[in-house]
Amino acid sequence: MSDTPLMISIEHVHKWFDDFHVLKDINLTVREGERIVIAGPSGSGKSTLIRCINRLEAHQEGRIMVDGVELTDDLKRIDAVRREVGMVFQQFNLFPHMTVLENCTLAPIWVRKMPQAEAEKLAMKFLERVKIPEQAKKFPGQLSGGQQQRVAIARALCMQPKIMLFDEPTSALDPEMIKEVLDVMVELAQDGMTMVCVTHEMGFARQVANRVVFMDEGEIVEEAAPEIFFSTPKNERTKAFLAQIL
Amino acid sequence: MQSVKWLRKNLFSDVWNSALTLFALWVIYISVPPLLDWAIFKAVWEGNGNTCREITSGACWPFVKANLGQFIYGRYPESELWRVNLTFVLGVAGLIPMLMPSAPAKKWNLIYLVVAYPLIAIVLLAGDRPGLVGVDTSLWGGLLVTLVVAVTGIVVSLPLGILLALGRRSDMPAIRMLSIAFIEFWRGVPLVTVLFMASVMLPLFLPEGVSFDNLLRCLIGVALFSSAYMAEVVRGGLQAIPRGQYEAARAVGMSYWQTMGLIILPQALRHVIPGIVNTFIGLFKDTTLVLIVGIFDLLGQVRAQLSDPNWAVPEGATTGYVFAALVFWVFCFGMSRYSVFMERRLNTDHRN
Repeated sequence: MSDTPLMISIEHVHKWFDDFHVLKDINLTVREGERIVIAGPSGSGKSTLIRCINRLEAHQEGRIMVDGVELTDDLKRIDAVRREVGMVFQQFNLFPHMTVLENCTLAPIWVRKMPQAEAEKLAMKFLERVKIPEQAKKFPGQLSGGQQQRVAIARALCMQPKIMLFDEPTSALDPEMIKEVLDVMVELAQDGMTMVCVTHEMGFARQVANRVVFMDEGEIVEEAAPEIFFSTPKNERTKAFLAQIL
Repeated sequence: MQSVKWLRKNLFSDVWNSALTLFALWVIYISVPPLLDWAIFKAVWEGNGNTCREITSGACWPFVKANLGQFIYGRYPESELWRVNLTFVLGVAGLIPMLMPSAPAKKWNLIYLVVAYPLIAIVLLAGDRPGLVGVDTSLWGGLLVTLVVAVTGIVVSLPLGILLALGRRSDMPAIRMLSIAFIEFWRGVPLVTVLFMASVMLPLFLPEGVSFDNLLRCLIGVALFSSAYMAEVVRGGLQAIPRGQYEAARAVGMSYWQTMGLIILPQALRHVIPGIVNTFIGLFKDTTLVLIVGIFDLLGQVRAQLSDPNWAVPEGATTGYVFAALVFWVFCFGMSRYSVFMERRLNTDHRN
């Protein structure tokens, strides 16, 4: 992987919410095709970090480059980055007033200016990929949590992004639905998508991650390949965390 | 037998319930028959002012009948009434398909109603074009004025109110401050004051010789006033939309206006349909206030006709006011029912 181009580079990034120092000197690079899992206790800043990558949160110090574009206050650049970066949220955030198909075609039509027929064809392709093409005409409120999250993944994929961000995609799901979402994510990883996932699913991390990043109190405490991360963690905080969740 | 069972179950199930039923029946007994007597059975239906002076047991409907023209058109010249009627018909023709969810071509319908129709209406009603005699707005009156003021207020206040609500939640301090100042100013003054200012004070500030129409000034005042109220109703809806909706829209690269127009407003407005219609209804009834600046809306026209010595009859005022109330009620009730219909339809559409 070390020879593929850099997709995300985060250098010395700091962020504060008022007086609270959420991100402290974060350094992280992600290369094309890499799959990074960010783990850590709640409040460690992992969600904030992933939201900085598509500028849903602004960082105050340091530099974030995504696909060769530096994130600044320039709205044009931000929109350019967001077009190439798909995001899946903990709470799905589907648009409840639109059908599943409309949820998927909206951004391609309005942001990519794709003709409607083409957008629908594309949407159906991705809905098939997340295994719910038969729900295309339904509204999100009529679907289960797992189905909604798969639609959310399809919606993000319809923009044909270069990078996919997952912010705790399975945390709001009932246990029996977690697997159907993880299966879709694993397939996506196998197809070579560049992925950054904040998740507590350590089985998923073991299976697909190239690197696991452990965060605590706004810092990256440890960064290692999963086999090393899970078997021989170096840091005490990592050990304590792993002891709790495994 | 079925009905006896029903009565037992629903109206006389226990002592308390029976007492309430009897009380309700008594209230109906003392209120409804006299009302019907007054309005129908003992009312005067045919005749003139003299008949109404002789028979004073009930409503004087000939008063309404004889003055219906004034109640609807004010002092609009008789030979030109077709213009008002045509304006009305064109408006209804545009409005009905707009209100029916199943009717096609909503986009063109909306453009007709919001862009083309107001221009047509201005030309038709005010005239002053080749082939049309100009009709000064001081001659307009009655239901015509009521509808002109209400419709203008409604058509202007919704889009302006939406913009103000968005402005008040904007990240840009200048826009936010301006929106807040505008909303709080217009909400802070009574409509009566606004109308007085528009009609009496404004001309004092304008240079000599520059004047513009009294009715137009009131229209602007009413529109801005109701926009401020509408803005707050819409803002309530905007606040009900979870932050995740904004984030999801922004995360796929949608611009601010796309996010608002396609994601946030369609949901927010749906939440506040009752509030929006409430504001419309309030506005519709507030149009009667234009009376104080010398514009005769429906109610004003009723009052004006009462001062006609021919109709100085005992039940004239009551009859006139009941008639005006009835007309207002029909319009307001219509709006209310339509809003209930829309709410139901939109809810069954998407919620599980």
